[in-house]
Amino acid sequence: MSIKISEMAGWREIPVAGVAYRPSTESKTGDWRSFRPIVNEEKCTGCALCHFFCPDGAISLVNEKAKVDYDFCKGCGICAEECPVKAIEMVPER
Amino acid sequence: MGEEKLTLKDLAAKPDLLAPGHRMCAGCVSASVARMVMKATRGPTIVATATGCLEVATTILPYTAWRVPWIHNAFENVAATASGIESALKAMKRRGALKYEHVDIIAFGGDGGTYDIGFQALSGILERGHDLLYVLYDNEAYMNTGIQRSGGTPYCAWTTTSPAGKVIPGKPQWKKPIAHIVVEHRAAYVATASPAYPLDLIKKVRRGLEAEGPAFLHVIAPCTRGWRFPTNMGIKLARLAVQTCLFPLWEAWWEDGHPVYKLSGPSEAIARRPEMKKPVEEYLKPQGRFAHLFKPERKEELLRRIQEGIDREWSLLLKRAGFA
Amino acid sequence: MELGVAKQEVMGLTGDEAVAYAVKQVDPDIVAAYPITPQTIIVERFSEYVADGLVNTEFVPVESEHSALSTCVGAAAAGARAFTATASQGLALMWEILYIAASMRLPIVMAVVNRALSAPINIHCDHSDTMGARDSGWIQLYCENSQEAYDTTIQAWRIAEHPDVQLPVMVTLDGFVLSHTLESVRVLPDDVVKRFVGQRRYIRVVGHEYKEVPLVLDPENPLTLGAFGMYTHYFEYKRQQAEAMEKAKRVIEEVGREYGGISGRTYGLIHPYRLEDAEVALIGLGSTMGTAKIVVDRLRQEGMKIGLIRIRSFRPFPREELLKSLSHVKAIGVLDRAMSFGAYGGPLFMEMRSLFYDEESRPLISDYIYGLGGRDMPIKLLEDVARDVKRNADRGRVAEPIRYVGLRE
Ligand code: SF4
Ligand code: SF4
Repeated sequence: MSIKISEMAGWREIPVAGVAYRPSTESKTGDWRSFRPIVNEEKCTGCALCHFFCPDGAISLVNEKAKVDYDFCKGCGICAEECPVKAIEMVPER
Repeated sequence: MGEEKLTLKDLAAKPDLLAPGHRMCAGCVSASVARMVMKATRGPTIVATATGCLEVATTILPYTAWRVPWIHNAFENVAATASGIESALKAMKRRGALKYEHVDIIAFGGDGGTYDIGFQALSGILERGHDLLYVLYDNEAYMNTGIQRSGGTPYCAWTTTSPAGKVIPGKPQWKKPIAHIVVEHRAAYVATASPAYPLDLIKKVRRGLEAEGPAFLHVIAPCTRGWRFPTNMGIKLARLAVQTCLFPLWEAWWEDGHPVYKLSGPSEAIARRPEMKKPVEEYLKPQGRFAHLFKPERKEELLRRIQEGIDREWSLLLKRAGFA
Repeated sequence: MELGVAKQEVMGLTGDEAVAYAVKQVDPDIVAAYPITPQTIIVERFSEYVADGLVNTEFVPVESEHSALSTCVGAAAAGARAFTATASQGLALMWEILYIAASMRLPIVMAVVNRALSAPINIHCDHSDTMGARDSGWIQLYCENSQEAYDTTIQAWRIAEHPDVQLPVMVTLDGFVLSHTLESVRVLPDDVVKRFVGQRRYIRVVGHEYKEVPLVLDPENPLTLGAFGMYTHYFEYKRQQAEAMEKAKRVIEEVGREYGGISGRTYGLIHPYRLEDAEVALIGLGSTMGTAKIVVDRLRQEGMKIGLIRIRSFRPFPREELLKSLSHVKAIGVLDRAMSFGAYGGPLFMEMRSLFYDEESRPLISDYIYGLGGRDMPIKLLEDVARDVKRNADRGRVAEPIRYVGLRE
């Protein structure tokens, strides 16, 4: 989290009762990654399995092809391991 | 039941109700499980979650990953909390103060919050017959506090409170048969599921929501940190658990005063072709928590006992499901 | 709102029954019920109302007090009016959830029938149960008699749900002394109670979808309640709770006055008695203060300038009101029906001593711990206490700061 505590809203401003007030999508997790999944669109059959297996909801199907959202992908490698046609390859992040 | 028409293609297009940006570990299968469960919702839904990994890592203030109304109360009381929501909605509906025809309620609890500290509250909602779905995501130890043994930890597994020592080789006790205990409460619907079979899991969630009365879904949720395996192996292990019959997939409900057990696809296939059943070692070997069974030397006696334990439970289930 | 005092029926009710009757008239959405002596009659009576179809309430017969309050938390978060009742060990079992209910700002109402905590196990009255919960963030209103238990149970919803407050309220009544003793209780007509409590109110918050929405679990406006708050946030919520408690003082008084308008019985934070010209004062909570009034009357006849204050609201603690009422008093005798082991005196004594710390002229304050585990506190002993306070006033110093009254030496 990049926000400084001293710069955050004061006790009068933040919503009461501990209600969360920002969506998690504002907090990117892509920088956790040390390996990056690369989808080979030619191989991808659009079966959607990787979409369901991905713990981070970082894969969606666009035009029936798997598409990784690198803002959130943590690089676990489950998608590459599980793709039935081996359409995903994990490559080291630079 | 509307669940028959569910397809992975259609479900893939449904927006996630557990959003990205949560802070579960890389490769955390509990997160995959929670996403799949939320894919199965059929309308207005409220979620309650027990203290645990899923609760903490999805709601670190000021952020939340939940796109449904969500509440965390404490560790041992998610069942009671959910029953309060259900009762409230019932009463409000009776008074005409509810703007929805129906609201589904899902309670998530880990193994600690379900087998152990939350067991009483769970038993209470089953006895009282609240109409809600309880999802046990079972990663087989207190992972949020750093891998301590629970009533759901399997025999011989290493944890930080069941260490593999010189005298005692990991957890000396067996896993509590939680789902069967729930069945015996006369629950409306009980099932086991593995995230390696997404459509099976999602359909069971839907059946649990559609059932009138308490429904219980026991999901195996491999944990990369606690089971000691590489982050890409979680789904594989969730599959091996089924293929070895260590975690068979089934459903149960009551008809005319009798429990009806039905094996699900992958487990039913093994029941019909027993040669498909894989030896448990295939499941144990990739996991660091069982490493002491193989190194420095193989513990033949323990491995035999584990296999026997699985065989015993599996044949019990086959009998219940009418395969004996 | 009301045009005058409503016609009221007189019923013979025990304290427990008075609470149950008030809850019936409020007709909350859910009641979570678990038996424990001396509270059990509340949930028994209420279950009869449910069985006879006299309420719309969803009756949830839970498997423990922990689940009773947990159920109320879920229900109140879902937008319902929720009630439960407990005592002693049951309150202790709820401990964890007491803090959660308050911190999540859920306006639950709970009757606590005061009973001593084990061990040894004991079913009779003292205040050790609720005094232990005094820092949990709940508003605590201590009742003197069954009439007040009835009246306060009705007012509690208005206080709890007030937008400036939004905190759970404990209505406490002394075990057996009130809970099981038949009194004449004047009850309001159902419709007057209904109108007085009105509909449940919600505060509005801006959640993670950046919309201002009511603080309730609603699929159309998803909120996340009970999130994980680290050092970045935790402290701020505690400060908000302190603020709500502060504001509750005004609300308790307003509601008590408004209730006076419909019932003829007005309630405040403190209830002084014959204090105007008093040199000595007794101060305490609960039913003993009713007996203490008799003692004050008797000693007044002897010429002693004595009065008393019964504290109705222990949380929030009515600091300003007490200072104002006691400014002219020379010596105060504090009646503590609970102990704080290892502390200097009982809970109320500590509050009273701290209260006067900044004052230029401080009264002498002595503590009288009494009635633990249901030990009797007859008029005679209360008189001894009063005379002891008077002696302190006369000699200008406290001879013995902490005394145990009615204890075998
Ligand atoms: S699992 Fe493989 S084939 Fe299926 S959608 Fe993902 S990348 Fe494509
Ligand atoms: S590597 Fe892991 S987090 Fe990244 S897209 Fe694949 S499954 Fe999701």
